Amino acid sequence: MEFSLSAIANQVDTWLHANCASWLALTIEFVIVGLLCIALFAVLGLVLIMMERKVSAYMQLRLGPNRVGPKGMFQTLADTLKLLVKEGLTPNGADKFLFNLAPFIVMIAAMLVLAPIGFAKDFVIWDINIGVLYISAISSIGVIGILMAGWASNNKYSLLGAMRSGAQIVSYELSAGLSILTIVIFTQDMSMGQIVASQADGWWIWKGHIPVIISFIIFLIAVTAETNRAPFDLAEAESELTAGFHTEYSGMKFALFFLAEYVNIFIVCAVGATLFLGGWMPLHIGNWADFNRIMDYIPSSVWFFGKTFFLIFVIMWFRWTFPRLRIDQLLNLEWKYLLPISMFNLLLATFIAIQGWYL
Amino acid sequence: MLQEVAQKETGDLVINVGPQHPSTHGVLHLVITLNGETIKKVEPHLGYIHRSIEKMCESLSYRQFIYSTSRMDYLSAHINNHACALAVEKGLQIEIPERAQVIRVLMDELTRLASHQLWWGALAMDVGAITPFFHAFREREVLNDIMEETCGARLTMNYMVPGGVMFDLHPNFQSRVKDFITLFKSKLPEYDELVTGNVIFQNRMKQVGFISAEDAVSYGCTGPTLRGSGVSCDIRKHHPYELYDKLQFTEPLETGGDCWARYLVRMEEMRQSLHIVEQLIDNIPEGEFQAKTKAVLKLPKGEFYSRVETARGELGVYIVSEGGLTPYRIKFRSPGFSNLSALDHMARGQKIGDLVAIMGTLDLVIPDIDR
Repeated sequence: MEFSLSAIANQVDTWLHANCASWLALTIEFVIVGLLCIALFAVLGLVLIMMERKVSAYMQLRLGPNRVGPKGMFQTLADTLKLLVKEGLTPNGADKFLFNLAPFIVMIAAMLVLAPIGFAKDFVIWDINIGVLYISAISSIGVIGILMAGWASNNKYSLLGAMRSGAQIVSYELSAGLSILTIVIFTQDMSMGQIVASQADGWWIWKGHIPVIISFIIFLIAVTAETNRAPFDLAEAESELTAGFHTEYSGMKFALFFLAEYVNIFIVCAVGATLFLGGWMPLHIGNWADFNRIMDYIPSSVWFFGKTFFLIFVIMWFRWTFPRLRIDQLLNLEWKYLLPISMFNLLLATFIAIQGWYL
Repeated sequence: MLQEVAQKETGDLVINVGPQHPSTHGVLHLVITLNGETIKKVEPHLGYIHRSIEKMCESLSYRQFIYSTSRMDYLSAHINNHACALAVEKGLQIEIPERAQVIRVLMDELTRLASHQLWWGALAMDVGAITPFFHAFREREVLNDIMEETCGARLTMNYMVPGGVMFDLHPNFQSRVKDFITLFKSKLPEYDELVTGNVIFQNRMKQVGFISAEDAVSYGCTGPTLRGSGVSCDIRKHHPYELYDKLQFTEPLETGGDCWARYLVRMEEMRQSLHIVEQLIDNIPEGEFQAKTKAVLKLPKGEFYSRVETARGELGVYIVSEGGLTPYRIKFRSPGFSNLSALDHMARGQKIGDLVAIMGTLDLVIPDIDR
C-alpha cells in the first residue's frame, strides 16, 4: 500500500527500451530528466519566492502579495514575466563575456547538485556512490560565478561584494564539509541513498547523540552563510553595498541569480534533511507499531519535502530576525569558533562510532 | 594619465556612497577612501537637497517663516517650529499661557518619541535586520494618527505659532495619548528583546565609531551623540524653556562614546519622554491656547536667539531684525550638521559595515544638514 514513484519511472524505462534502440532510450531519458529538473527549478522558484514573501510579511506585520490571483499566488509569475521582457543591460565598462556567463555558472552549479538528492523512495536522478563528496564539490563552483559577476561588472560595490562572498564561501565550506563528515562516519558510506537507508530505524538527529546535534547546528549556520543569506548576506548587504555582486544585473540575468539563490537554499536544506532528518524516511517511534504504520501511509515525497521546507522556513526565520554580521566578525566566527568546534566534534563522533555507542 | 597611474599605485579604492544609496537616509553623498574593507577617509559632500531655507525666510513674515522650518528636520517638525516661535516671542516679549506651554511640551516629547522610533527601526535596518523597522512603524503610526487629529498633518506639522499653538487640542487627544502610553510601554520590552539583546547587534555596536568627550565637544556634537560620550548637554536641563524646569526627568548619560552608548542613550530618552508625557497628560490646565498677539508681527531692531533640544541635539535659531516685517537674516544651528562633521573621525579605521552603523546612530536627517 506504499505510494512510490519508482513504479512510474520503471514503467517509462521498460516502455522506452522496448520501443527504441538503447542509445535512443538513454538519450530520451536524459532529456526527460533534464526537463523535469528545469520544471522543478521553475516551480521551486515560484513556491520559495512566494513563501519568502509571505513568511517575511507575516513576521513584519504585513499581508504580503495578495492582489494577483488567489491570495496573490501569481505575483511571482507576474514578476517573472516583467523580468523576462525587461532589457538585459550590460554596462559599458564590463567584461561582456564574463558578465553574461556568470549567471549561468551560478545556475548550472545549483542545478548539478540536484542529481544525488533522493526526492522520494527510489526516486533519485543519480545515486552516485560518492554523493556527499559530489555535493560539496559542485556546490562550491557557484562562488566562481559570483566572483565572475563581481569582477566583470566593473563596479566597485560589485567587486567588494564578490570578494566578501569569496572569502565567506571558502571559509564556511570547511564547517559545512566537516559537519557532513560526521554523518559519513556514522553511516560509513558516502552515497546519499545509503545515508537515507541507514536512518530507517531512526533519524541521525535522534540516534547520533551530541555530535550529530552539534554538527546539525553547525551545518545550519554554515549553509546559511554559504547561500549568502542573512545574517550572512554580506555579499549583497543591501544597506552597505546596495546589491553587492548583482548590482549591475537586470532583467533575466538578475532573475537567474535570484532563482539560483532560492534553488541553493532548497538544495542545502534538502541535503540537511537527508543527512540529519532521514530524507524521505517517515518518522518512526520505537515500537509503537500502529503509529509507525500510520506514518508509513504518508508518501515518502511528502516526508522529504516536509522536512526540507521546515529547514527552509528556519533559514527564512533567521533572515527576517537577525542583523547582519560584519566581515571580520563573520570570518572570526568561522575560523575561531565553528572550525575548531567542528574538528573536535568530528573526533568525538569518530570516538563514538568506534565504540559503537549509537543505536 | 600619470595622475591616474599614481592614484592606482596607492592601492586606495575610492567609492561614492550616495547620493542614491539605501543607508544614507536621503541624498547625502559620501566619498569614502578604502583600503580593502577598511575606511581611510570619509568626505561628506552636501548640496543635493539645498533649498536655501535661510534665504527664503528673509522674505517671509515672522508668522510665515516658521512653517518652512518643518521641512528642515522633518522628524522633529514641532520642535523646530517651537524654536522659531521661542525666538520670535523673545523679541516680542509675549507671555505664553500655561495651557499652550503644556501643549507645546507634550507635542515636543511625542515628536521626540516618534523620531526615536523611526531612528530605532532605521538603525536596525542599517545593520541588516529589516523586521524591526516595521515594528517601529506600527507604534509610530499611532503617534502619527494623534498628530493628524490635532495638527492636521502627519509629517510636516505646523502647529506652533508665536504666542502659543495654532488650534486647541482635539477632544480625543488625552485618551488617545493615554492609550499610546500603555501600548508603547508594553512594546518597549519587545524592542529590547528583538534588537538590544541580540548578540549580533551588540557586536555590531560595541567598540564601533568611538569618539571621546573632548573630540565630541570640539566637533560641536550635541544631543545623544554627545551624551553617548558622557557629556551632559541637554538644553532642557541646562537652559530650560517652557515647563521643563518643573518636570521630573533625567538626562541619560553613557560614557562609552561608541555606537552602543549612543544607542542606549536614545533608548533611555524614549523612556524619559514617555515619563514626561505621563506627567503632563492628566494635568493640562484650562485656559487660552494662544496669547493675544497683533495680526502683523514686527520684531524690534536687534538680535534674538533661542535654543531647544531636538531629537538629534541642539537646534539654535538666530534672528537679526532691522525692525521690519521680515527678518534681516536668519541662521539655524542644526544639530545634524555638526554631528555629521564628526563622521570622518568616528569612521576612520573601521569597516564599511561600521560606517552605516555609525551613520545610523548619528541619526542623520539630511534636509536638516543641508537646508
